[in-house]
Amino acid sequence: MEQIGFLPPKPAVLSRRREIVGDLKDLLPEGCLVHEPRSLVPFETDAFVSYRRAPLAVALPETTAQVAAVLKYCHRYGIPVVPRGAGTSLSGGAIPQEDAVVLGLSKMTRILEVDYANRTATVQAGVTNLSISDAVSADGYFYAPDPSSQLACTIGGNIAMNSGGAHCLKYGVTTNNLLGVKMVLVDGTVIELGGKALDAPGLDLLGLVCGSEGQLGVVTEATVRLIAKPEGARPVLFGFDSSEEAGACVADIIGAGIIPVAIEFMDKPAIEICEAFAQAGYPMDVEALLIVEVEGSEAEMDGMLQSIVEIAGRHGVKVVKESQSATQAALIWRGRKSAFGATGRIADYICMDGTVPLSQLSNVLRGTAEIVARHGLRVANVFHAGDGNMHPLILFNANDPEDAARAEAAGNDILKLCVDAGGCLTGEHGVGIEKRELMRHQYTDADLAQQMAVRAAFDPQWILNPSKVFPLEGRPAV
Amino acid sequence: MTIIHDPLSEEAASRIVRAAVAAATPLEIRGGGTRTLWSGSTNRDILSSAALSGIVAYNPAEMTMTAKAGTPLGDISAALAERRQMLAFEPLDLRPALGTSGIPTIGGVFATNASGPRRYVAGAARDSLLGVRFVNGSGEIVKAGGRVMKNVTGLDLTKLLAGSRGALAFLTEVTFRLLPVPETSATIVVSGLNDAEAAAAMATAMSMSVEVSGAAHLPESVCGRFAGGRLPAGAATVLRLEGLAGSVSVRSEKLQAAMARFGAVSSLDVEATVQLWREIRDVHPYADGTARPLWRVSVAPTAGHQLVAALRLEAGIDAYYDWQGGLVWLRMEADPEADLLRRYVKALGGGHATLMRASAEAMAATPVLQPQAEAVAALSARIKDKFDPAGVFVGAFAGA
Repeated sequence: MEQIGFLPPKPAVLSRRREIVGDLKDLLPEGCLVHEPRSLVPFETDAFVSYRRAPLAVALPETTAQVAAVLKYCHRYGIPVVPRGAGTSLSGGAIPQEDAVVLGLSKMTRILEVDYANRTATVQAGVTNLSISDAVSADGYFYAPDPSSQLACTIGGNIAMNSGGAHCLKYGVTTNNLLGVKMVLVDGTVIELGGKALDAPGLDLLGLVCGSEGQLGVVTEATVRLIAKPEGARPVLFGFDSSEEAGACVADIIGAGIIPVAIEFMDKPAIEICEAFAQAGYPMDVEALLIVEVEGSEAEMDGMLQSIVEIAGRHGVKVVKESQSATQAALIWRGRKSAFGATGRIADYICMDGTVPLSQLSNVLRGTAEIVARHGLRVANVFHAGDGNMHPLILFNANDPEDAARAEAAGNDILKLCVDAGGCLTGEHGVGIEKRELMRHQYTDADLAQQMAVRAAFDPQWILNPSKVFPLEGRPAV
Repeated sequence: MTIIHDPLSEEAASRIVRAAVAAATPLEIRGGGTRTLWSGSTNRDILSSAALSGIVAYNPAEMTMTAKAGTPLGDISAALAERRQMLAFEPLDLRPALGTSGIPTIGGVFATNASGPRRYVAGAARDSLLGVRFVNGSGEIVKAGGRVMKNVTGLDLTKLLAGSRGALAFLTEVTFRLLPVPETSATIVVSGLNDAEAAAAMATAMSMSVEVSGAAHLPESVCGRFAGGRLPAGAATVLRLEGLAGSVSVRSEKLQAAMARFGAVSSLDVEATVQLWREIRDVHPYADGTARPLWRVSVAPTAGHQLVAALRLEAGIDAYYDWQGGLVWLRMEADPEADLLRRYVKALGGGHATLMRASAEAMAATPVLQPQAEAVAALSARIKDKFDPAGVFVGAFAGA
């Protein structure tokens, strides 16, 4: 199996390991540096578990000043730094390398300020996504982006990956809900970008930093938008006889000018997996399922649903099932959000994340099925259909190296198909190491050179998360 | 003598940029020229997008459009109106306030991140921009982003180009997302509130599940100039609701009930609503044909009225508020008072004060854009250098 490569470790860094550990200990409080080989194991990989590397050490600072001290030190000695939130990246964004110091934000978990009059929350980067909504829920607010890993993933990781989630169709992704950050540049300089005002002077550096996968600096605090919770929300299940019909129905709903909060898609294998796990009451006699969530007052939801049911009718919808209670609504979402975990119980899988224009949904679903069949594998599709963000889960046996190689090859073919259909390699999971070598399929050399030049404006030595995002060949000389 | 280049293609633009670099001739990038604040030097040539015009692709069912950068905004609005779609961020038209002429272009809209009242809930121009093509300062033709809603493939150069005011690259093509035009809209008016009371009323409205999509406060000094005089006498705090007719009426009742404790409540119909918010967007009360200094100040919503109250004690000013109070349109009676204003902006938590209009002398003597913190300015300058190593583009942003 052809392995995804990492940059070769720097001998000059490896040979100074003992000294570096000693120096970092001096920079951090007691208990904030992990360096015993056995304690490093949990930091060797993230949710892209096919790959792992033991880091040189793990720094777990408690303050922005400590983050700055670690970065300044690593910058001075050219030591690679891999920032880490909760380690839930599906693309290997947080996987370290042998000569790297992992900079984990897991001790920075304070909510610093909630400001309802300005509808903002300011939090430390290690705060989990869900805990922001939990903190403001009783007062009628929430934080909108909701990646499936929201119980564990951190806001710092969300910013690094510009994370999305099921409800982004209406509310946008992280970049649309992020107002400001405090971040540490590679040389230890602390800067603030944005804030409670909507306009910041100069270039939109906040927009650039969001989704930069830990390559431009380390965010330590964030100010995010809070939104008043809708009066009510209701997920409704629509079952179809074919994936194509479900896909076409999605395009027609959006085309009719109706924007529900979420439109999620599951094919039969995904329905079976999720139903077995969550007992959410998904219909089992259909080939494809849409979960459409509407929100507002009862009257508003009824009005919107009526239009959606009408459109679904034109696509031969077989089952329409409204959730009958808050408990059932929660189960419907629990089933959807546990899709990856539930799939992991029956097989190993890799999850693709390509996004395609809505008019291409049906074509790409068909193409995906053909590709996977050609490689002799199985696939379950569960994804954010409303914005064309597809998540085929390619099932394989990780103990069989040939099977694993076939899965990776099938994944690459699917992503190329997404790009060729007018889409992109990744809608919300990030490039990480996983899709790094496919970047040339989406971008020309000039496109990539411009991105790498901008990266170098932040980190001329390429020490921040250096094995990620950009193909290893053809990088500018450091 | 200033030469105006208006290339017909990206390749031609690339040749012009390379030639300008070779000859060390600065280039000022221009769309319709309706949003130009102050170009400083006259010793430069113009690189215009005027000849790069036309809608390249419009797919209503996907709610996306691709257009060449010089396409007139009016052409785009007309095409969208046919399919009852719109730009969610309500690009403002600055011609009346700035006294500029010319035809606003879609490239200019994105290059200045020109965003109107809905911005504070629906995002700015930068949030709708999905992808760009551009020619950088080395004459290279580059694309960034794409045409799908969700895309985290590589660095988000698209955001960086939005609002870069011609300092980084010459935009040649933009792809952006659209939204359906709401079936109807209405405005709830709360009358007679002072600025601080209005801020509290707007914050309350935003805390409710009624999806207010416009929140502005028009003090007594300006309110008569809006909506053809249809607003009740006294200051008007105005709240917009949009959506399906049934839903708007349900939400309108709820909002009116909640606002009654702040002051007298009335409402405007859809026609008056459309006119009112267009006028709020386009700075109607200060489109007065004068060169009296006009500031666009962006601060935290609750800081807006505090800023105005503090300034009133020291200078002759007039102001109204959009974005729940966080956008202050400020007209000075005499001098721009940039230092005074920016000192208060900083004291109130920071933000952005842009001098939109003043006498030529005042524009020349005042930093038009908000200065940045030193470390951020240095970083911006390094980024500028990565797009435009020869410094051929003279577009202005603070720090470069």
